[in-house]
Amino acid sequence: MEQIIGVTGDLFRTAANLLFLTAQGEDVEYEPGLFRDTVDWISRRSDMLLELMLEHLWLVILTLIIAVVISVTVGIIISYYESFAQTVLGVCQVLMVIPSMAMLAFMVPLFGIGFTTGVMALVLYSLLPIVRNTYTGIRELDPAIVEAAKGMGMTERRILFKIKIPLARPVIMAGVRTAAVMMIGIAAIAAYVGAGGLGELIFSGISRGHQPMIIAGAIGVSIIAIAFDYLLYYGEKRFSVEGRTKEG
Amino acid sequence: MAREIWKWLGIPLIMIAIAAVIVIYSVNNPTDSIVARMLTYERVFRVIREHMGLLLVSMTGAIIVGVAGGIMLSRPSLYRIGRVMETFVNIGQTVPSLAVLALFYTILGLGFNVAVFALFLYSILPILRNTFAGIDGVEHNIIEAARGMGMRPLRILTKIELPIAFPIIVAGIRTAIVINVGAATLATFIGGGGLGDLIVTGLSVHRDMIIVNGAVIAAVTAILLDYLIGKVEERVVRWA
Repeated sequence: MEQIIGVTGDLFRTAANLLFLTAQGEDVEYEPGLFRDTVDWISRRSDMLLELMLEHLWLVILTLIIAVVISVTVGIIISYYESFAQTVLGVCQVLMVIPSMAMLAFMVPLFGIGFTTGVMALVLYSLLPIVRNTYTGIRELDPAIVEAAKGMGMTERRILFKIKIPLARPVIMAGVRTAAVMMIGIAAIAAYVGAGGLGELIFSGISRGHQPMIIAGAIGVSIIAIAFDYLLYYGEKRFSVEGRTKEG
Repeated sequence: MAREIWKWLGIPLIMIAIAAVIVIYSVNNPTDSIVARMLTYERVFRVIREHMGLLLVSMTGAIIVGVAGGIMLSRPSLYRIGRVMETFVNIGQTVPSLAVLALFYTILGLGFNVAVFALFLYSILPILRNTFAGIDGVEHNIIEAARGMGMRPLRILTKIELPIAFPIIVAGIRTAIVINVGAATLATFIGGGGLGDLIVTGLSVHRDMIIVNGAVIAAVTAILLDYLIGKVEERVVRWA
């Protein structure tokens, strides 16, 4: 881990230096500007930036795993018990509408300040997109397919694992993508209650009035969010293509 | 009739009552002198007023600019720019709200106006996209038929395209409001005030009572607004 940070930090620093030089031009007098300050700051503190970035990713990925396990299970359960479904989805909807700052604030008296609080709030937030997509993914399946499986003598469990989940997978993936992108943004806010990550840069930058720090934090978070969005988008596409070729 | 009104106002009234009870209880029974000083009726009302100010100004602006911009971009002459805009809006929506507020702070400084401006720009995105997509999604045959009946472009827009796109536009406004209410609680970090003030104060003086009050009011405001917009949306969908 240390080595990875070291090597990537060096790369980062070289890239930043190159940028810095091109921005400076040849023998142009050094003029302090926001852009140059930021590049300068990033090149000096790239180690810290990377560490915070990894912390941010760790928070998001850990939460995502917990959230996927819980939400997919809940989604599958409510696809069997129709009467629960609307209530559960309604509760999830309300959870998602609550402002993230308020949700984190509710968690502080319960779990104190720190990583756990962030994880709890993020898990609650990501329930809706994944639960809803699992539920609709399973419900919208062609009933004929399920009937055929039943006719072949498959047990309910085999139908679930061999038919329903594989076919609903693209829809579930879409939900995971929505949840992941949302989580990256909320994880930045969770830094305020001590969950760590790039949000720390933004908050300490604001309280010190140190603009390069804020910009590095804000752009870092945005880049992570956009990158996740694209990566999961391609993942989604691959999954759906796979489903189609197996079917046809 | 009475039942109809209860159906609309029942849940909001119960939620407002719960929030009011919590606020009144905490103001009258503060756990210590710090809470007593930080949590007063004046402060709570001021914070709510600021929050509503943030929401109203930014949302009104965003709805006007978003819908107008969406209509403009869906015209044939600007259609290409509209397509490009869709991509940019999708990327822009991926950027977290805290990052948007923080970036505006570095450019424009602290204050209520900066927060309103950032919220305004951030909530234009879903409205703009949905207006464009809604008008773009109107079937070509319908417009052809209207043109065949001798309708002018302006009449086609107001009589055909906008009514058909209306539910989608309202859905965009709902998304924008939910995002905006959430982001408005973050305005406190760049000096915009609002309900985030209470939460942040509570966190920094370690008094759970203040935190819970701020969080409850913020949550109730958000749920109420979403509920009301949801009802309006239902109406609109039924009507369309």
